[in-house]
Amino acid sequence: MSATTSDTQLTFRRPSGVRTIKNGLATVYVTLVTVLAVIPLFLVLFTVITKGIRLIFTSTWWLQSQRGITPRREGGGAYHAIVGTVEMALICAAIAVPLGVMGAILLIEYVKGTKVARGVSFMVDILSGIPSIVAALFIYALFITIFGLGRSAIAVSFALVLLMLPVVLRSTEEMLKLVPQELREASYALGVPKWKTIVKVVIPTAFSGIMTGVMLGLARVMGETAPLLILVSYAVGINFSPTSDNMGALPTMINAGRDQPPQMPGYERVWAAALTLIIIVMLLNLLARAIARASKLKEK
Amino acid sequence: MAVTDTNATERVEPEPAAAQDPSVSPVVDHGPVALHSPVPKVTRHAPAPSIDGQVNRAPRGVKLAKISKTGDRVFRALASTSGLTIILLVLFVGIFLLALALPSLRADQDNFLTSRNWTVAGNELRFGIAGLLWTTVLSSILAMAMAVPVAVGVALCLTQYLHMRAAAPISFVVDMLAAVPSIIFGLWGLIVLGPFLAPAGEWLINAIGWIPLFSKSVDPKGSVFVASVVLAIMILPIVMAISRDVFAQTPRDHIEAALALGATRWEVIRTAVLPYGRSGVISASMLGLGRALGETIAVMIILTTPAAGSPFSPSIFAGGETFASKIANNAAEFDSPSKTGAYIAAGLVLFLITFVVNAMARVIAERGAAKS
Repeated sequence: MSATTSDTQLTFRRPSGVRTIKNGLATVYVTLVTVLAVIPLFLVLFTVITKGIRLIFTSTWWLQSQRGITPRREGGGAYHAIVGTVEMALICAAIAVPLGVMGAILLIEYVKGTKVARGVSFMVDILSGIPSIVAALFIYALFITIFGLGRSAIAVSFALVLLMLPVVLRSTEEMLKLVPQELREASYALGVPKWKTIVKVVIPTAFSGIMTGVMLGLARVMGETAPLLILVSYAVGINFSPTSDNMGALPTMINAGRDQPPQMPGYERVWAAALTLIIIVMLLNLLARAIARASKLKEK
Repeated sequence: MAVTDTNATERVEPEPAAAQDPSVSPVVDHGPVALHSPVPKVTRHAPAPSIDGQVNRAPRGVKLAKISKTGDRVFRALASTSGLTIILLVLFVGIFLLALALPSLRADQDNFLTSRNWTVAGNELRFGIAGLLWTTVLSSILAMAMAVPVAVGVALCLTQYLHMRAAAPISFVVDMLAAVPSIIFGLWGLIVLGPFLAPAGEWLINAIGWIPLFSKSVDPKGSVFVASVVLAIMILPIVMAISRDVFAQTPRDHIEAALALGATRWEVIRTAVLPYGRSGVISASMLGLGRALGETIAVMIILTTPAAGSPFSPSIFAGGETFASKIANNAAEFDSPSKTGAYIAAGLVLFLITFVVNAMARVIAERGAAKS
């Protein structure tokens, strides 16, 4: 027994020099790129906050529009743009959320694992890859060239539907997948029809996933600029009507003022608008994360 | 079985003898007996013809409530309609863009694919996408080349080097980068990053300016180079997130096997983690590429539009226009169908390119998933 042990005794060697060096280089590399990747967010936030923070804390910023304010004049606010951004996003959500949720229900509850599911899923992937400018051009082609309607905020909302739909659908789908099969079976066993099972059991269980998707989708569409450029003109005044041809929005407010030289009061308003937009979008993102974290359904 | 039911005519099936007295023939199925002791007290109605099958399948004596199928039909129809809407939406995007682009494409006096002209006002249309295609592809490939090595490095660091507790905040910061609206990246790129990168650009031009790709050009501030760096920052989160998720799924056995053979940490990554995650990383890079190709406003703000008729410069330090920035820049000019058609034709090409890139990403991801 002791003889065999000494025969096969293992000798541990440190890795050779080249291998140690390669390993060290890899460690240095991943550390460096990680530091590098963290920097941009802070740089962007730093710039936007330092340049825009002063106006954010004035009440006029939240209560007044830019009507009658030239780049050379101080004053005015972003109320018109906030109204536009929120209104267009909400109209978009009103269409995209039911469509996305029902699409996810179709994929998971009705056609799971079939060719139909693969087909729809593929189309959702393509939809999520469509550039916003292409979505905007499509709505332009459909609404303005073919139907002969004018540019309007509601056209923007329709273009945004194409961008929000895949976000809501994927998020809902992921959550529906996690709903335990036992819950559905328990409901069926009680004689509850499938649609009632979905409405009363599956959707409430997956509700946090749906809300996460809605928040992320809203955050995405609120930051979009391309559809606004093509489908509606920027208005400096307050406008609540989604069918009129001009409406303010935070991205177009930034775009309209981006060429101003730093000494102009208008320059500060551009950054304040950027900060307002970032705050709204980040809050929605954080909310989405909080909902996802607080949800009862966790992946095993 | 003693169903307490006075209305005998409604009994559809006769009770088997065994059910009434199991001791008579013990061979007969005991199921119903076992099921119904104690005997359920159920009232029995005549079954509706449409649910006959269900009644027959149900254990004897148990009565199933009449279930309306209308709700199910309506709900299923709703779900199917949304599925159909999604499919039609994607098809319509292609069909309508094509339908509106065709007349202008027919009237185009230049070769659409090879011309760099863009004369769409007036009666004679002369336009081509060569210049747009070059700038779009150059800036996106460059962005991908910068973003992917960094994203993979970060993903490795988060999954293989750091403890969960340290990785989570870094993950969060990079994820939040994806939440910054693109117009803010554009503004930041133009005002902060552009001037900051200028010296690096000068240095590159002096060092390797003899290569046409890095040659000196008129305007280094609003160059493809700056746009690519911004695009790289914008696609970093998506490439990182997918790579991170794939690396995190590397089978524990593979990693431990490599460790048992005496591999260093880097060798574990090279022999176990990277091969496992390869298809995921490629797929993520393609998705990032798709995003970069279609990015509009950030690129539009940063890139300097060259004067009409200026000579072509292949340099990354030249300005230019991508498909998306060209369309967005001229959105105010969509007044005649032929003019709009020209821009829609450019949009159609962009749609087709992103379609191919995204479809490839999906195919690669699916193949990878099937293999592992």
